[in-house]
Amino acid sequence: MGEVDVPALTGVDLDLFDGELAVLLGPSGSGKSTLLNILGGLDVPSAGEVVYRDHDLTVDDDRALTRYRREHVGFVFQFYNLIPSLTALENVALVTELADEPMAPREALELVGLSERLDHFPAQLSGGEQQRVAIARAIAKRPEVLLCDEPTGALDYSTGKVVLEAIATINRQLGTTTAVITHNAAIGRMADRVIHMRSGRIVEIERNSRKASPDQLEW
Amino acid sequence: MRALERKLLRDVLHLRGQLVAVALVIMCGIAMWVTMRGAYRSLVLSRRVYYAEGRFADVFAHLVRAPLSVAGAAERIPGVTAVQARIVFDVTLDVPGLAEPATGRLISVPENARPRLNEIHLREGRWIDESHPGEVIVSESFAQANHLRPGDTVGAVLNGRWRRLLVVGVGLSPEYVYEIRAGNVFPEKRRFGVLWIGRKAIQNAFSMEGAFNDVALSVARGASRADVVARLDRLLAPYGGTGAYDREEQISNRFLSDEIRGDRVGGLIVPSIFLAVAAFLIHIVLTRLVQTQRDQIAVLKAFGYTNLDVGVHYLGMALVAVALGSIFGALIGARLAAALAVLYKDFFHFPVFRLDLSVSLFAGGILISALAAGIGALISVRSAVRLPPAEAMRPEAPPRFHAGLIERSRAFRAVAPATRVVLRNLLRRKVKAALSILGVAMAFAILVVGRSMFDSVDELMRVEFDAARREDVSVAFLVARSGTVIDDLRHLDGVIRVEPFRAVSVRIARGNAERRTGLTGLDPNATLHRLVDRRGRVIAVPPEGVVLNRKLAEILGAGPGERVRVSILEGVRPVAELRVVRIVDDLVGLGAYADLGVVNRLMEEGEVVSGADLTVDPLGRARLYRGLKQAPAVAGVSVREAMKQSFRDTIAESLAITNVSGIVFACIIAAGVIYNGARIALSERGRELATLRVLGFTRTEVGWMLVAEQAILTAIAIPFGIALGYGLCVLLMRAYDSEVYRLPLVISRQTWTFAFAVVTAAAVGSGALVLRRIRHLDLVEVLKTRE
Repeated sequence: MGEVDVPALTGVDLDLFDGELAVLLGPSGSGKSTLLNILGGLDVPSAGEVVYRDHDLTVDDDRALTRYRREHVGFVFQFYNLIPSLTALENVALVTELADEPMAPREALELVGLSERLDHFPAQLSGGEQQRVAIARAIAKRPEVLLCDEPTGALDYSTGKVVLEAIATINRQLGTTTAVITHNAAIGRMADRVIHMRSGRIVEIERNSRKASPDQLEW
Repeated sequence: MRALERKLLRDVLHLRGQLVAVALVIMCGIAMWVTMRGAYRSLVLSRRVYYAEGRFADVFAHLVRAPLSVAGAAERIPGVTAVQARIVFDVTLDVPGLAEPATGRLISVPENARPRLNEIHLREGRWIDESHPGEVIVSESFAQANHLRPGDTVGAVLNGRWRRLLVVGVGLSPEYVYEIRAGNVFPEKRRFGVLWIGRKAIQNAFSMEGAFNDVALSVARGASRADVVARLDRLLAPYGGTGAYDREEQISNRFLSDEIRGDRVGGLIVPSIFLAVAAFLIHIVLTRLVQTQRDQIAVLKAFGYTNLDVGVHYLGMALVAVALGSIFGALIGARLAAALAVLYKDFFHFPVFRLDLSVSLFAGGILISALAAGIGALISVRSAVRLPPAEAMRPEAPPRFHAGLIERSRAFRAVAPATRVVLRNLLRRKVKAALSILGVAMAFAILVVGRSMFDSVDELMRVEFDAARREDVSVAFLVARSGTVIDDLRHLDGVIRVEPFRAVSVRIARGNAERRTGLTGLDPNATLHRLVDRRGRVIAVPPEGVVLNRKLAEILGAGPGERVRVSILEGVRPVAELRVVRIVDDLVGLGAYADLGVVNRLMEEGEVVSGADLTVDPLGRARLYRGLKQAPAVAGVSVREAMKQSFRDTIAESLAITNVSGIVFACIIAAGVIYNGARIALSERGRELATLRVLGFTRTEVGWMLVAEQAILTAIAIPFGIALGYGLCVLLMRAYDSEVYRLPLVISRQTWTFAFAVVTAAAVGSGALVLRRIRHLDLVEVLKTRE
């Protein structure tokens, strides 16, 4: 049996604006992860154009993409992806050491409410705490873009809300352009814009006139 | 410390078991390298320094008798810088405490000056005093073996007259770094020694006033030694010159060079095998480490760490193992090299054995292992950093399983699911399985190589000292005697059987290749000294023509049926073209053999013999020796048992040092490879196994899956190990193929059993360790975090 090419994204035309919080909403397989990876310079589209300010992210140049990620992007992953052999503080330091004007790792962890658990290893933290370390790690270098891939996907309801709170705070206080991927429609209410995706296409862009704060979300 | 360095440190601590195993393997490689290369370089250095300090001559010649004016003529040969004209005679000695007669080589030295060439390094006592003609300086090994000290005396038969010689000093000469009797291969320290005696004393005893019978020359750097040899030959021909020769053919130097050559080859092959295994092991460990950390690599890259940063990070892990292994390997190697030096000092007589453990020696080994480790690491890291981070972040896609031929079989479907998992894993991950098999096979192979060296040495001793030589003692006469002497010997007390031989020194040539060696005429019916090949098969002495041993045939490029030119260096100096009838592939020395009658006819002499092999009644030995001591014709006796012992004490022992360490290292490597394999399998599959446990599989079932996989891999590896081990042995035996001795390729049943036992023990031990870990597997923890 031969292999069939299935395009992950087709005809996507999207602008993300400075300081906004966008939620990409869609069922699994709708192409939202692929879109996020392309936005973060982790992947390159097979056709089309991606531009960040004056950077052309379409060129498949590993060096240029590495520099883009290093200077402008912070990532939060669904499974946290902390380095198990490093403490919370060290996981954050791992990234601040790469940045030009980072915040102190301690300060980043305070922002996500973890100042008490600096020296814990990932295995000693709960899922929600691990994800907050991951957020601290992502924002500690003061990135212009924060990309979160299903940040609450592996968390329970209340822990998820704590994590979303942290993301909203960062967006509000630091003005970081933030994109959150989720299949949870309720999370859309905290966004400036909700981008609905299905089968690799953007089916609808919805603008919230009033953003809800994470503690008002119910699911 | 930067966070990435911290990660390195923690990962190193976490993986300490595996890294220690890798470091141990590197340690073994480096230790082997330092030992063997160190021995080689020390020997080269000691030789160079000693030859320079001791003014070792470049050209040598022996003759019957020439006036000293001829020595003056020799000095005028272009290129010659110094001449030492000497009187040299082999005499029978009566050494206190030694039952049998010994042979002493008397060499004249000036009484009131040091020799211009071949300086004698005084270890003890003083130089000879002109006013006391019976004073001698004795070579150190002979003095030590016979407990001779200044003030002791030895009896000697000088030109038929019994004399008492007073030992005033103990010395060493660059001419006798390897001290053996002409025609022998192994030293007999008690029965052969060099005695330096005042020129006046010896010239009076042998009526050699104003004359000499031996000469040594030094040649200016850049001058042609071959030219000097040719001119000296012409100069000495009227005086019974037996042919001048270069120091390359000087017997002590030739043996020393031969040992150095063997050490050089062995010192490259053996450590290379060890280091190759180490590099391979590092590659496996790192590849699998990198695979299990692929998501971490992806995170690092997602946050902007470059491929270089990541590469250096993982390379660091390899270098930690290299650094640890190097430090301990260098220390152990230095100790072993020093131990080997002690033996060399005993075997080769240098005034100072210079241990060359210079920085470059260590640097070489460490560089090689760092390179090997680095390459191993780079290959594995390269594949990881190439993966786009987004892809690497996802858990590795499950390998594609689909039912192959085996699995569709009825038998496969009949086995329990746990067994199916084992079989599928092996069948699907063919490359991984192949690498594991190769690792264990290599471990098995080096065990075989290490142990088989002992087999080879045993076999050499058996063939040479039990099959080829079966006499109790061998008697050599000062000058060839009529065959009737055999009857005299036969009538001596205690003698059971006598077999004569006729040995002459010859120059054998074919084309441009030539060698000075001995031609031994043997009785074709002899039972005490036989020609025996490396397999122990007896080769008959043909009625015509000559038999060469393989090594000599190789040097001359002569095969059966071809003719060689034999120039005899004694008697009337006949030269003859002889047909090579057979080649005997033996294990010791260089030699040519013919029927006793053939040699007698060549020499244009009647029934003449130069010595005899005897079987002796053990009870009559003491009486026989007393008789032989007083027989003026007897130059000395060789005792087979003593030669065997001497071989055991020197060559066998020096090989033992490298062999024993080789075997210990091979065991460590085998255990390291197998333990690592099991540990890696556990870390790779921990999640899967924990999941199975959660699903309700018992500990035994889960443990069985892992252990069975390792057991199957080990079982498959052993046949490959057998083949690989055999191949490496063949390679190594080529290295130990010198003019002094050649190791036969023998791998005993004990060696195979030993390799099998060690590998099995390592596998069982590692299996037990892994099972214990499985018992303590924290199910929740394993499922929660990914490592």
